[in-house]
Amino acid sequence: MVGKGCDCVKREKHKNIDKNVGGKNDGKTGKVAGGKIIKNKYLQLFVSVFKLSACTFGGGFVIIPLMRKKFVDQLHWIEEQEMLDLTAIAQSSPGAIAVNAAILVGYRVGGIGGALLTVIGTILPPLLIISVISMFYRTFRDNAIVNMAMAGMLCGVAAVLLDVVINMTRDVIKQKRILPVVVLVGAFIAVRFFNVSVIIIILICGLIGALDIRIREIRAKGVKRS
Amino acid sequence: MIYIELFWSFFQIGLFSIGGGYAAMPLIQNQVVDTHGWLSMTQFADVITIAEMTPGPIAINSATFVGIQIAGIPGALVSTIGCVVPSCIIVMTLAFVYYRFRGLNVVQGMLSGLRPAVVAMIASAGLSLLLLALYGQRSMPENVLNADVVAVFIFLAGFFVLRKWKINPICVMAGSGILGVILYTII
Repeated sequence: MVGKGCDCVKREKHKNIDKNVGGKNDGKTGKVAGGKIIKNKYLQLFVSVFKLSACTFGGGFVIIPLMRKKFVDQLHWIEEQEMLDLTAIAQSSPGAIAVNAAILVGYRVGGIGGALLTVIGTILPPLLIISVISMFYRTFRDNAIVNMAMAGMLCGVAAVLLDVVINMTRDVIKQKRILPVVVLVGAFIAVRFFNVSVIIIILICGLIGALDIRIREIRAKGVKRS
Repeated sequence: MIYIELFWSFFQIGLFSIGGGYAAMPLIQNQVVDTHGWLSMTQFADVITIAEMTPGPIAINSATFVGIQIAGIPGALVSTIGCVVPSCIIVMTLAFVYYRFRGLNVVQGMLSGLRPAVVAMIASAGLSLLLLALYGQRSMPENVLNADVVAVFIFLAGFFVLRKWKINPICVMAGSGILGVILYTII
């Protein structure tokens, strides 16, 4: 159905896959009648993202492979290539990657309602856990042992961050271009020594990136023509 | 009104934290510690530590934490919602554009321009946390040798195992917490 349907307009293809998703589900569950499947689909969607969010330590880069496993391999709601594209969107958009990916999966499977459902499913576990922790935070913080553990863990966080920064810097250097390195050093000096607002740095560097790709595109076209 | 301030602060954090993972950290520090003074630097370090030890994105975790400390449960809800609203709007718009045109070139270009800046800002925020861990203050100390010996040891040990064996950061965090309790009790 999907293969043959591809020749029509792209939006149509999208709808076709949608129908196909329903169809596949139908075949598997078999017994349930039309109305119930929708309910089950939304419930399944919510429970899936809730579980993923509750058990995923370490944020977006960990949750995306798990989402792929769940929605591509197990539930067959999303196709492999499409999941890669959705991942790219989740990573290029502002905000937490886990939340962005959840919005996309929800939107793809159940429209705007599905997206709202997955957002709630994703933020509910951290919301509940942190609420409980922060209620006890003031009492716990004065405890000598908790204090020592927190001091130790802060060193651990610093080590983790240094590790992350080294890996990310290596990726920037690997591009073998001067501009990213200049941006990295410039941004560090600006934020560290001149207290420039992070928001201003993000706006300026985003603009530099957009201009850079435009210039390179124009140059590439020029080379082709000549 | 405090709810509007919380919402607006975390709306900005959600809107400008691009690049995932730790990218939100410098923004949270900027809004919560520097601009509004809702948390001290030590409390901010605690939030990052707790966020690292619990599931969920750092931005959501800190939104909930700051919200609840400043204005109770309603505050937590308002800040967390503020944090995800920009994502909802932008991601759905991009998804729409993607299914319509199947191209995200300019967006990808902006992201690649931002990445080095994000690295720089995470490095700066990380340096603040490191200085806090080793010297108990955010700025450079006058005497570099004046560091907390136990903290230096835990930091170097954590960094070493991370680079050498690439183990899960959660294990490093748990390990350094236990080390902290043991070493600070002995010394």
